[in-house]
Amino acid sequence: MVNSNGAFLSVRDLVVEYTAEDQVIHAVNGVSFDLERGKTLGLVGETGAGKTSIAKTILRILPDPPARIRNGEVYLDGVDLLKLPEKEMRKIRGRKVSMIFQDPMTALNPIMKVGSQIAEVISLHNKVSKREARERVIRMLETVGIPGDRADDYPHQFSGGMKQRVVIAMALACNPELLIADEPTTALDVTIQAQVLEMINKLKDEFQTSMIMISHNLGVVAEVCDDLAVVYAGEIVELGSKEAVFDRPTHPYTVGLFGAVPNLYDDKERLSPIIGLPPDPSNLPSGCHFHPRCPLATEECRSQKIPLREIEPGHFCRCIKATRPEG
Amino acid sequence: MSALVEVRNLKKYFETPRGMLHAVDDVSFSIEKGKTLGIVGESGCGKSTLGRVMIHLLDSTGGSIYFEGEDITNPGRRKLRRLREDMQIIFQDPYSSLNPRMTVEQTIMEPLVISGRYSKKERQREAERLMAMVGIDQRLRLSYPHELDGGRRQRVGIARALALNPKFIFCDEPVSALDVSISAQVLNLLQDLQDQCGLTYMFVTHDLSVVRHISDDICVMYLGQIVEASPTKELFRQPLHPYTQALISAVPVPDIHRKKQRIILEGEITSPINPKPGCRFAARCRYAREECQQPQALEEVLPGHRVACCRVREVNAL
Repeated sequence: MVNSNGAFLSVRDLVVEYTAEDQVIHAVNGVSFDLERGKTLGLVGETGAGKTSIAKTILRILPDPPARIRNGEVYLDGVDLLKLPEKEMRKIRGRKVSMIFQDPMTALNPIMKVGSQIAEVISLHNKVSKREARERVIRMLETVGIPGDRADDYPHQFSGGMKQRVVIAMALACNPELLIADEPTTALDVTIQAQVLEMINKLKDEFQTSMIMISHNLGVVAEVCDDLAVVYAGEIVELGSKEAVFDRPTHPYTVGLFGAVPNLYDDKERLSPIIGLPPDPSNLPSGCHFHPRCPLATEECRSQKIPLREIEPGHFCRCIKATRPEG
Repeated sequence: MSALVEVRNLKKYFETPRGMLHAVDDVSFSIEKGKTLGIVGESGCGKSTLGRVMIHLLDSTGGSIYFEGEDITNPGRRKLRRLREDMQIIFQDPYSSLNPRMTVEQTIMEPLVISGRYSKKERQREAERLMAMVGIDQRLRLSYPHELDGGRRQRVGIARALALNPKFIFCDEPVSALDVSISAQVLNLLQDLQDQCGLTYMFVTHDLSVVRHISDDICVMYLGQIVEASPTKELFRQPLHPYTQALISAVPVPDIHRKKQRIILEGEITSPINPKPGCRFAARCRYAREECQQPQALEEVLPGHRVACCRVREVNAL
């Protein structure tokens, strides 16, 4: 997948830092991946791994300062978004690329009717009359399973799951080519999560939207994604098709993640947690950033920078100790 | 086997401007000594309120609570103080449940100070022992909560709960705020402590995988009521209530080869304010009929497996 030129979205060597007081926080440390049209890539990792920073860089909505894009390119249809003037970028946000945020409670304006909030996106990017915009709002709401007559309700009149649907309707209003969903179901109850995931899958098929799905939940990722990137300490440590990563997890961190979650269908008497703690991003361990927690680590892992290498066609792993996965 | 904790017809209502909110409505169960009861349900189903009423952080509206066979529904002040030593709580949010101005050691020692039975030296020795027990390095003794990560904070909360050797601990979503790799560490710790100290847990969570992993028995709650109660293995082998079936089918599983029949529920949990007398799940239930408008009793359908659904036999072809 890496290097397949002409991909719809191609992120290259992305480096993002934050400065806080005198510290430099290394949030994203050389991330590269490609996404083909109509496909969904999952970014999996724990809090602070840099998943959201990657997403926000693509849309260029990171606050600068404190955030700084130090290096990298983000090609969307061959155009480097990081080099576009802000005025051009505004035309892309909400139209070509849109984002669904984790918390639907804070993503909506509480004193504006939800219909007007969706109409705002539509009128901003299209020359349409008020009436046409309104008609599209109602169509969008119905697409996500909300009766059109609720367009004149305020966000507080909706439950959590319904609010997230409104947010999704807004994100899809201009038929974006790329949708970035940052933990879109984390704040929702399981039965509501199931509704929303099913809807996302349906809409993806219907609109042929490419998607980046950020999640810490391996179950959610298994359900929605085609490809998977496991992120640790601002780096992709494993990348491949969903089948490759789930059937043949190779990086010790990925293997650790699978061992640490209780499974609904698997009788584990005891979980095998990953020892230790995620690293401090202002003071990353030398060599492989995972080495202090890794059961396989040796001197080599401590001293040298570990590259992402292809261990089987299309399956990449940033580890020198991990053996080639068995089929 | 003797029950350590038992509740009978427990009720907790809250008065709201729009009417009576039935947070816990006629709930009965018992927990045997040394066991873990899991209470699972979605937000707003009353699971946390239930635990808080049991350990007297909230007063009950009706029904009774028994601890070691004794009625503790309305304990006097002195009795309540003794109960506080026996019944403890671990909170969901390790950020807001610790006093930001107290060090790790002060936090862990506070229950010992309040009990009044320990000299300063004994308190320090106890704090040291507790820290070792929950896996907090001694050098963090004088650290403040903001200097600790979520997992360590939760360990401090656990050490504080254990300080007076309780018999019963109400664990209120203790790992929901933690990352997966850390959550596994805390779950293992809770299991070890249970074995070491013979603790009895009531474990409240919305996460079915976690509740399955840690519980001996499970109660599934919906809008203040228990809709299904069963030993854990049996519940997951054969969920009988239509809500439990939908709930289990909704969990995304990290396994790409398991094809599962997903039951997508229409709508969301309705309001617990002034609920109608019938089955509260009926509005979302695909099997709902006329007779579901009648109150539903929790009935033993299979040995040890209780379900509150009048159509349970029909629906499951039992």
